[in-house]
Amino acid sequence: MAGKTLSEKIIEKHCGKVVSAGETVIVNVDLSYVQDGTGPLTVRRMKEMGIEVAYNPKKTIFFLDHASPSPRMELSNDHEFMRDFARKSGIILSDVGNGISHHNSLEKYACPSDVIVGADSHTCTNGALGAFGTGMGSTDVAAAIALGKTWMRVPETYLVEVNGRLPKGVYSKDIILHLIGTIGSNGATYKALEFTGDTINDMSTAGRSTIANMSVEAGAKAGLFSPDDETRNFLKAMGREEAFRELKSDEDAVFEKKIQIKADELEPLIAVPHLVDNVKKISEIGKVKVNEVFIGTSCNGRLEDLHIAASIMKGHTINPDTRVIVTPASRRVYIEALKDGTIETFMEAGALVTGAGCGACDGVHLGILGDGEVCLATQPRNFKGRMGDPDSFIYLGNPAVAAATALAGEISDPREVM
Amino acid sequence: MGKAWKFGDSISTDVIAPGRYFHLRSNLPELAKHVLEPARPEFASEVKKGDFVVAGDNFGLGSSREHAPIIIKIAGAKAVLAKSFARIFYRNCINIGLPAITCNTDKIDEGYEIELDMEKGVVRNKTKGMELEFPHLPPVMNRILQEGGLVAYIKAHKSLEI
Ligand code: SF4
Repeated sequence: MAGKTLSEKIIEKHCGKVVSAGETVIVNVDLSYVQDGTGPLTVRRMKEMGIEVAYNPKKTIFFLDHASPSPRMELSNDHEFMRDFARKSGIILSDVGNGISHHNSLEKYACPSDVIVGADSHTCTNGALGAFGTGMGSTDVAAAIALGKTWMRVPETYLVEVNGRLPKGVYSKDIILHLIGTIGSNGATYKALEFTGDTINDMSTAGRSTIANMSVEAGAKAGLFSPDDETRNFLKAMGREEAFRELKSDEDAVFEKKIQIKADELEPLIAVPHLVDNVKKISEIGKVKVNEVFIGTSCNGRLEDLHIAASIMKGHTINPDTRVIVTPASRRVYIEALKDGTIETFMEAGALVTGAGCGACDGVHLGILGDGEVCLATQPRNFKGRMGDPDSFIYLGNPAVAAATALAGEISDPREVM
Repeated sequence: MGKAWKFGDSISTDVIAPGRYFHLRSNLPELAKHVLEPARPEFASEVKKGDFVVAGDNFGLGSSREHAPIIIKIAGAKAVLAKSFARIFYRNCINIGLPAITCNTDKIDEGYEIELDMEKGVVRNKTKGMELEFPHLPPVMNRILQEGGLVAYIKAHKSLEI
């Protein structure tokens, strides 16, 4: 019998039988979570189902991260609705200020080999630890919370092998932008992506989480990395080394496709409005003046990202025509960036630093774009109207591009200032 | 019979249910007044009950917000027809009981009066003599849709053994 992929192995463990890609199975769910944009509906769905208790409340989390703290009365009421349900049912509440669901999950809750469902499309970020994380809607997650199970089709896997050293100014963001630009925003719909190769072996968990996070931008159901020594060290640093489990695809696993990426040939890339697969080399962008630079999100809001940006901004002042907003991904990231002077560097350069959360990413608050405004953001999406006015423009780039752009006031190649 | 409202490729959930109306997510009828607004501002006010949203590839890409298919349904659309769908959106459609039909929508022009035969798996426009076949749903999804969506399914069975 042919070997199994990482996804097949994880799913097998959770449905108690041998499976292959293409089968539909019921799986046990280890961890379920929702956020404040999807959570109120999830609670209503549970009430409609007539199951108002969580199957495993200690493995169910309500994150208040999208509108955090609430900028509007309606959202304050949504938050109260979620807090109240969490209190009554023993569900863990991650309140405003703790930051983005996916990063809190990596830091505190997700374990390698877990099946994780979240009512947020970027739940695939958990793949950075070798968990099968996937995003679903409020009703599906309501069912998972209530029953501890979900149904899924076992995905075929595309193996993405990345080799070579990343050049100066080029980061994991550029690897995933390159892949999305190549295969398109529906290039991996229904599939799992699995990342391997020496570039990946040498990459931090933070770097991997950027790639896992954006896997959904190619349509993928999950984006996974085999848990390795780096994963063990990350978990140890988070004080939960015991969560580590080893697992990898068999040598003779069946991959539907294999994709090779030469990291040493990449340059900083930009996704131009209004689709994530509109990927161009920074050298092809030309002069684009920018009103706002936004550094943060579930894609690039970790300490490592803030360090990259701060190292370029240190001792300089941002362009007077550009506002620069920095939003740490989690409370932990914020505290560490405070302690090591990173926050101070941003503040001295003229940037605004907000509390941890999703911030400006989805147009709710903390940096909404106006008519005709242009933003360079480190976030995973640039869809029309996402950050506010439907006639605004979002360009996506890595944290070094964001910092170079903050100083110049127009989209700039970081290699010239590093 | 209903009228076809045509949309292009890659219509994201940010276009279907814009983030700037995030605060209306617990007020779905209000949110529905802004459905697909950035693509066709007139859609929400002019769409008639039983009309169809007809789009190109990768409809519904982006976020997991189930509010997107819900407000298409509340606005009155009977189904969404597209060449292909993004995964989460597709699953959400079935869960909330909005048929998501995969077919060659190039054959359907703006304003076509079309009818949907779920049993036979065809979309028709009688005056133009057009008949488009579409594949049946995977069995699990078919059961969920037939029982009126996932909430109704779980309410009835208290389990997921589909
Ligand atoms: S940071 Fe942006 S992409 Fe990430 S979870 Fe929050 S809203 Fe979604």
